Amino acid sequence: MPTPAADVRLFPLGDAAVVLEFGHAIGPETHRAIQAVRHYLTQHPFAGLRELVPAFTTLTVYYDPWLLNGQGHRLPYEQITEVLRQLLPAALATPVASEGAVVEIPVCYGDEFGPDLEAVAQHAGLSREEVVARHSAPDYLVYMIGFAPGFPYLGGLDARLATPRRARPRLQVPAGTVGIAGAQTGIYSLPTPGGWQLIGRTPLRLFDPTRAQPSRLQAGQRLRFVPIGRAEFEQLQRNEP
Amino acid sequence: MSLNILRPGLLTTVQDLGRHGYQADGVVVSGAMDAVALRVGNLLVGNAEDAAGLEITVLGPRIRFEADHLIALTGAHLSPTLNGRSVGMNRPVWVAAGTELAFGAAAAGCRAYLAVAGGVAVPLVLGSRSTYLRAGLGGLHGRALRAGDVLPTAPPTPLGQKLMAMLAALASPKTWAQASYTPGPRLCGTPLPATTVRAIAGPEHEQFSPASQRAFWQQPFRVSPEADRMGYRLQGPELNRQTNAELLSGAVTFGTVQVPASGQPIALMADHQTTGGYPRLAQVITADFPVLAQLRPGQQLWFQRVTLAEAQALYLAQERQLRALRRGIALRVNLTP
Repeated sequence: MPTPAADVRLFPLGDAAVVLEFGHAIGPETHRAIQAVRHYLTQHPFAGLRELVPAFTTLTVYYDPWLLNGQGHRLPYEQITEVLRQLLPAALATPVASEGAVVEIPVCYGDEFGPDLEAVAQHAGLSREEVVARHSAPDYLVYMIGFAPGFPYLGGLDARLATPRRARPRLQVPAGTVGIAGAQTGIYSLPTPGGWQLIGRTPLRLFDPTRAQPSRLQAGQRLRFVPIGRAEFEQLQRNEP
Repeated sequence: MSLNILRPGLLTTVQDLGRHGYQADGVVVSGAMDAVALRVGNLLVGNAEDAAGLEITVLGPRIRFEADHLIALTGAHLSPTLNGRSVGMNRPVWVAAGTELAFGAAAAGCRAYLAVAGGVAVPLVLGSRSTYLRAGLGGLHGRALRAGDVLPTAPPTPLGQKLMAMLAALASPKTWAQASYTPGPRLCGTPLPATTVRAIAGPEHEQFSPASQRAFWQQPFRVSPEADRMGYRLQGPELNRQTNAELLSGAVTFGTVQVPASGQPIALMADHQTTGGYPRLAQVITADFPVLAQLRPGQQLWFQRVTLAEAQALYLAQERQLRALRRGIALRVNLTP
């Protein structure tokens, strides 16, 4: 069932942004609606549109109140909400461009790349090999990119693998490290402090500001983790810029 | 043409009006904390408003100009001098090659801006020259300036060249000369130590207890020592949310006041993360970002509640003033032989 336009709630985030809220539950259908509206607004930008930021259940539209001014004596916020209300039915009906091929992310699991693999295995009551098999089995959906440049929030983790965050966050997690936090899994895109359980590392660079599209992953994509050995990790790492 | 950094000061970075269009990639906006001060500085030297300048924090740098330049200093008053003599804020200043800019006591405010005609010409990264320190992005090699750095500057615009010629004529044979005019106090007011910051209610405002809502709008908060370009932790009455319902991460922006479980609010600033999951109690209005940006750790502030309509009217009024300043500068050049 496509989301009816009337079910989308609009509210301000300050004087230069409006949030479109598509319900309160994370799920593929909500996600599809957000992507549909995002693609439509990207294809049909209106004067004053600055930037679109998709999240789990929201799409935030940043706008320039100055450029929305001048149409009578109404608030820029009233004008933008009216524009968005008019566009929403068509936007929600937009077929979302095909998600394309599943993006494969090679991961070397365990050892120094995944120092918490054993902890996750013990928490789940599984062997390390079973953890790797379950983590690399599903196609994950990239719900949003946030926290740090290029950092993907993924949906679809095997419930058995859910593990609480570490009591003490590490001061530095290397870029490319794959982690688990509660029912979430994700990939550290840059070296940052972090409290997730670290189970492996990809040699791919998830964020490269010299690329036209600096984030390797985009909200709406599907991805799969592919286990690799150390030799392959090192070879792939040499090929990355 | 270049600026030679002899001493870096406490924290001096290259900033413009920010890196827009990449928040969906998780890339923070950055840019000047006090964007109005940078825009005014750029207008005073004939630049486009989004040209890159230097953001100078509390303890100023020492800089030698390696060629004749046209500059303007805006924002915090950090007692600037040129070759040891005091120079005015908020006005175009011509400086001869070899002149040294230094700073003394921090008299008011937290962040000063050095605009230079032509702009600081470090490479664009994702459409911006702003420095984002945490990811090492933009600016000069993604980092704060150090002694020995040499920053290239681009040639002034035709307007900048005219202003420069007018002031150079006044200077002869001195090493620098400043214009006598300055924009009004509404655009270039001196930052005061105790301040009211206007805000509208945030998306999760109603989830806070009535007592916490009252406390937020009626009691003072203090900027804690944990205050940087990403955000200010504020100390004040404990603010309690009435629900434990988990929030899903969503967009946060400059001026978002979020409240973690500790009950002590955090006001997000220029290097704010793109998304967050803490309840958003309030949202500082865009017109008052400069007030927030000029507060130092230890200073007090009060939040004053305004409506969205008032916030947007103030936004438009500020933009109108900046456009009037741009016209005024152009007029001054054309009217003067």
